[in-house]
Amino acid sequence: MIHARGLVKRFGDFTAVNAIDLDVPRGEAFGFLGPNGAGKSSTMRMIGCVSPVTDGTLRVLGLDPATHGPQIRARLGVVPQQDSLDNELTVRENVLIYGRYFGLPRRVLRPKIDELLDFVQLRDRGGDRVEPLSGGMKRRLTIARSLVNDPDLLLLDEPTTGLDPQARHVVWDRLFRLKQRGVTLVLTTHYMDEAEQLCDRLVVMDHGRIVAEGSPRQLIARYSTREVVEVRFEGERPDGVAFDGLADRVEELPDRVLLYTGDGDATAARLAERELPPHSTLVRRSTLEDVFLHLTGRTLVD
Amino acid sequence: MTTLLHEAVAGPVRSYEHFLAQYRRVWRGTIGTSLLNPLLFLAAMGIGLGTLVDASPNAPAGVRYLDFVAPGLLAAAAMQTAATESSFPVMAAMRWSRTYHAMLATPLRIRDVLLGHQLFVATRVLVASAAYLGIVAAFGSVKSPLGLLVVPVAVLLGAAFAGPVMALAATVENGAAFPPMFRFAIMPMFLFSGTFFPVERLPLLAEWVAYATPLWHAVALSRSLTLGAPEVLPALGHVSYLALWAVAGAMLAAWRYRKALGG
Repeated sequence: MIHARGLVKRFGDFTAVNAIDLDVPRGEAFGFLGPNGAGKSSTMRMIGCVSPVTDGTLRVLGLDPATHGPQIRARLGVVPQQDSLDNELTVRENVLIYGRYFGLPRRVLRPKIDELLDFVQLRDRGGDRVEPLSGGMKRRLTIARSLVNDPDLLLLDEPTTGLDPQARHVVWDRLFRLKQRGVTLVLTTHYMDEAEQLCDRLVVMDHGRIVAEGSPRQLIARYSTREVVEVRFEGERPDGVAFDGLADRVEELPDRVLLYTGDGDATAARLAERELPPHSTLVRRSTLEDVFLHLTGRTLVD
Repeated sequence: MTTLLHEAVAGPVRSYEHFLAQYRRVWRGTIGTSLLNPLLFLAAMGIGLGTLVDASPNAPAGVRYLDFVAPGLLAAAAMQTAATESSFPVMAAMRWSRTYHAMLATPLRIRDVLLGHQLFVATRVLVASAAYLGIVAAFGSVKSPLGLLVVPVAVLLGAAFAGPVMALAATVENGAAFPPMFRFAIMPMFLFSGTFFPVERLPLLAEWVAYATPLWHAVALSRSLTLGAPEVLPALGHVSYLALWAVAGAMLAAWRYRKALGG
């Protein structure tokens, strides 16, 4: 569905996307993970054929965005990061007008709108203006709208950013159903739980480059350990030396120490035997967040 | 050939449908302005001020002042409608509601989005000018059936303004640029481009500035049409000049749109 080699996006002197390679097969749920400014959205905009490629090769649905932009976009669904709904219009009108952009006739759209609003649980709000709807409802409407042309490929740029936990779970549930129907999903996110929930495969981007690629499980196996022991001390904290031999990797943070290990309980037990009783010990599974922070660092990018 | 034509027209029409749907929500508010403004202006300028002017030996063009000023006011109103519809609404579609971005995620292209919006501005000018003409006629100031042609002239004038104003709206960061535009460009044109008095009364330099404005050409042409005495060559000149502004303006807007939306 997507094929990229040496894909580059430059804005003046700034290189937003720096020679990335990608292949997304049909039916896959593929994720771009990365901190703000990593180049995720720029990549998405190139795939969405709204931003021209600076250099390299890009094929979307087998076509070249430079020459077949409208033809490709006719088969894409796009859920942008910022809502672009018509706030003055009703929920139904929003989907209708969007369907008209694709040149779909009104008689085809009418039953289609009912079906889509059912899917995102907005059928009973069909006649309401969009303006007063909640953020979650607006995002669901944006998803309904993006499906009006039965897209082969759905692009979602941070689909749940800014939503409350309930709304996020509803969106995930709907996206999961789309995935089960065989729709190819490509999404960007900086939520690790979102990536773990939805993505078959993902890439981690940083400074315009792909720094890691694989399934969530593969990434954890490759860049982290199976478990992590989080240790907090009260008052005086021992030096790094004191953790020697306890874990595969030790990361000291201002407020706690992270011990990356294959067996968290064993490490915690050995730690308790030492002369430095921690104030609290938490043993947990390694998550994508550990991978993410390991790969992209803990420094804030603003 | 037909598919090419279809492709060239279908895109702008789909974008246009959006602006029409949006307008259906707010049209009631604009109707009041479209009818009340002509009534007030024609009563105050044409009849009120006109009584004084008609009593003077210097009355312009040898006709009632009401008949002189009415086509000018109509053209000036068309300019203002076009400038208003091409300023904040364009900025909104580009930066606030992001309507343009929604359109560009579909098969629509930047030129479709721009032309669709221009088509909508033309529609607004068409409706407002037709209403204006009806009221001018009710005041007895349409002296010839040729007067009907002031509506297409007004639409052409609207197009002459829509392009440059849309180009500005696509360039500036926020709406702060618009009040100065209205104050230092639109308002002086309204006052000094032949709407209220012949530009020959201006100092020479100002007179030539007035000739350069699209509004003066639309006013002169409209006036000759409602008074029923257009001359072919000057009329062709006015239409060509307005068309030049419309085409150059659309190209300028297209360039700015591509800069703003095509990154």
